[in-house]
Amino acid sequence: MDAFSSKGPAAPAVVPAPAPKRRFQLTPINERRFANFRANTRGYWSFWIFLFLFTVSLFSEFIANDRPLLVVYKGEILFPVFHDYPEEKFGGFLAQTDYRDAVIAKEIDAHGFMIWPPVRYSYKTINRQLPVPAPSPPTWMLSKAQCRAAVLRYDKLPDGTCRDIEWNWLGTDDQGRDVLARLLYGFRLSILFGFTLAGISSLIGITAGAIQGYFGGWTDLIFQRVIEIWSSLPELYLLIIISSVIVPGFFVLLGVLLLFSWVRLVHVVRAECLRTRNFEYVNAARALGLSNTRIILRHVLPNATVATLTFLPFVLNSSVTTLTALDFLGFGLPPGSPSLGELLLQGKSNLAAPWLGITGFVVIALMLSLLVFIGEAVRDAVDPRKTLS
Amino acid sequence: MTEAPLLEVRDLSVFFRQGSEKTPAVDGVSFTLAHGSTLGLVGESGSGKSVTALSILRLLSRAAAVRGKVLYKGEDISACSEARLRDIRGAGITMVFQEPMTSLNPLHTIERQIGEILQLHGARGSEKIRSRIVELLQEVGIPHPGERLAAFPHQLSGGQRQRVMIAMALANRPDLFIADEPTTALDVTVQAQILELLKRLQARHNMAMLFITHDLGIVRKIASEVAVMQKGKIVESSNVADVFYSPRHPYTKALIEAEPKGTAPAIELSAKTILEAKDLRVWFPIKRGFFRRTVGYVKAVDGVTVLVREGETVGVVGESGSGKTTLGLALLRLIRSQGAIVYLGRRIDGLNFKAMRPLRRDMQIVFQDPYGSLSPRLPVAEIVAEGLGVHQKRLSRESRRAIVAKALIDTGLDPESMDRYPHEFSGGQRQRIAVARAIVLEPKFIVLDEPTSALDMSVQAQIVDLLRDLQKLRRLAYMFISHDLKVVRALASEIIVMRDGKVVESGPAQELLAAPKTAYTRALFAAAFDIKAENGVIAEQ
Repeated sequence: MDAFSSKGPAAPAVVPAPAPKRRFQLTPINERRFANFRANTRGYWSFWIFLFLFTVSLFSEFIANDRPLLVVYKGEILFPVFHDYPEEKFGGFLAQTDYRDAVIAKEIDAHGFMIWPPVRYSYKTINRQLPVPAPSPPTWMLSKAQCRAAVLRYDKLPDGTCRDIEWNWLGTDDQGRDVLARLLYGFRLSILFGFTLAGISSLIGITAGAIQGYFGGWTDLIFQRVIEIWSSLPELYLLIIISSVIVPGFFVLLGVLLLFSWVRLVHVVRAECLRTRNFEYVNAARALGLSNTRIILRHVLPNATVATLTFLPFVLNSSVTTLTALDFLGFGLPPGSPSLGELLLQGKSNLAAPWLGITGFVVIALMLSLLVFIGEAVRDAVDPRKTLS
Repeated sequence: MTEAPLLEVRDLSVFFRQGSEKTPAVDGVSFTLAHGSTLGLVGESGSGKSVTALSILRLLSRAAAVRGKVLYKGEDISACSEARLRDIRGAGITMVFQEPMTSLNPLHTIERQIGEILQLHGARGSEKIRSRIVELLQEVGIPHPGERLAAFPHQLSGGQRQRVMIAMALANRPDLFIADEPTTALDVTVQAQILELLKRLQARHNMAMLFITHDLGIVRKIASEVAVMQKGKIVESSNVADVFYSPRHPYTKALIEAEPKGTAPAIELSAKTILEAKDLRVWFPIKRGFFRRTVGYVKAVDGVTVLVREGETVGVVGESGSGKTTLGLALLRLIRSQGAIVYLGRRIDGLNFKAMRPLRRDMQIVFQDPYGSLSPRLPVAEIVAEGLGVHQKRLSRESRRAIVAKALIDTGLDPESMDRYPHEFSGGQRQRIAVARAIVLEPKFIVLDEPTSALDMSVQAQIVDLLRDLQKLRRLAYMFISHDLKVVRALASEIIVMRDGKVVESGPAQELLAAPKTAYTRALFAAAFDIKAENGVIAEQ
């Protein structure tokens, strides 16, 4: 309340402006948002758990790989994780060294040593020494007799125990590949695919929505009709047709899904922009001569943030699940790629091997729940009723 | 033994709880109200006058903690049961609110809405109820009440809606009528009519009235006793004459002196012409049918000619819907218009958005609502500097902040506060920020679109002083749009009176104010300065 002391324009004494803050300091509003986010315990913990899992999966090659991290061989230091070394180097004949091969391993151990990642399988490594026929259960589920038989078969040793065979912590799939390794790589792929798809489609969707909402009139009318027609195209059939013509890789799938998924945010952003474009501060900005682009970016879009962020976790989740669903149906990534959907499919076709279906389910459910919890917390944090009151 | 007063409020306190914080809104208020008398409760926004009124009928939300006693005819209604309270609400004590646009349910006819309150308090028989409704509508001055029974609220004007609200409040012949700023949202001419209606009805039915307002002129007109509120406390209460002629409390004195004073200098005909518009028209087409053929036009601005000189203010007055704001927007080329607009000898009415951009820094606008015209998500420094980003792109960060600081000082604000956000400022300070945003570009011409009407009286006067000082200092040309003639009188040296998009009368302010030529202008002035409704000129609405 500015009491009754009428101040009027003071003498034009030059009072220095307060020193500008550092560039990357949080503004008070963002500080409060961050505090709100932290106050949401579930979302905050979900965020850290997710970040941990995602970071770990980003380094999958260092955790689950069929090549050692480091090899010291005849005084030479080699990094098989980063380089392909021909087997000639170790006295073999293959173009690429199979470090899991007993002969090579013996040769290297004789002239140096190897440092292995914790899991010695990559997502495509086939375990050729399965204790029982694929899909074989997690090693800790095997009976002593099965372990002994396996050791006897592969290492020709009597009295072997389960400690003597290489472990598959979560068993193998029906092609003898380690489920843990496939999960790790599959999680990374799903998340990266989901994030890229959600990111690009939000970018396109928000832009389209902002343009329609801000300009309104004919722009809006025509765009809306186009979107209505576009979104009534049968997405799945189109994908099936495309995948029967070409083998869809990561980017082909991304492109095709993108064609349809950008529509989702348009309506929300459009509605918010239609509302905002008549606000007085938008008019004031127009009177200042700001260009339309700047008005949209600075004044109109921030109002659509909450609505967008409410939808974003669902966009993200549906991007992840779309890929999983396509893989499950067999129209997704090329065979052999690590994929959660394929794991689920195997679980369905091998009902006698419950570890496939259960691990697939647990991982997908965990991933989607974490993302929704984080999304909820972020939305609550930017809610202007909480931050601006 | 003397009879208990109609209403007695004893030591009323209201707190609002938010989390663990308690904010006091009303702090130990006491007053009494006798049968048939009128108490005016005056104060600025946030002084707790509405909260006081709402807590009498216990209409506050659960977040409010109310302490103290409210005695209605000796009965403690602050502690009685909900059921007993419902009997009193709408029958013994009734209330009318500020906003007629939202206090009626848009989905029901007025017959149903008035009928409901009659039924709730015991009236039976549809014929009887209907005839009573017609009688009530007649009483509040709705023309042809029999035909308007089936009308929905949107089919009525603002004044008529307020009359319907009053009819609802009167339906059960209350002893006490609480009016919470009933005329604030209305035009001055309608305001005068409604006030006269209330006075007439009060005398006829011998009601007591608790009249809440921020406008001292109204209190003087309608109330017999006044209580002045400041920050939740009653600082002075007495009869009207005492308060107005010998105010004791400094706050009351300040409030009375706060009316915008002074008059603008006469026109200097020699001054340079900044902006001129000839026969300006803004017509919105009405389109009908499948092919959207234009069947007619809404003539928002219809053939207006204005001329604004350097260092001079042109005041545009008129009721809402008369096209004042549209005229301002059209002059700044913010909406499409026909007719010549000449800025410093150059035709600008054909320029497109891009070609207008360099001219934008010379022509600025300040809007009515300081809460809506500042983006809540940007700090003040960025709001003010926004135009600089467009027109002086090469400024360094430091020099931009220095310019912003200068503009804030010029508008009477502390430059230290430039990194704060709009919601941390009061209404008056926000309006200063909006003015700072306009003057930072050093414009030559500013359209002021009701810059004071959302503000408290004392703050209004300050903003008027600020605008006048800035004008003197920078030789600014203003177009001052307002329905508040007192403010216009204080600022404008030339006045244009508009009605239905057309100019009714225009001329030098002193002449026009002293001797208005047309009947409409006379009625407008009477309503604004004396709060008197002139019959015949303005249809009752």
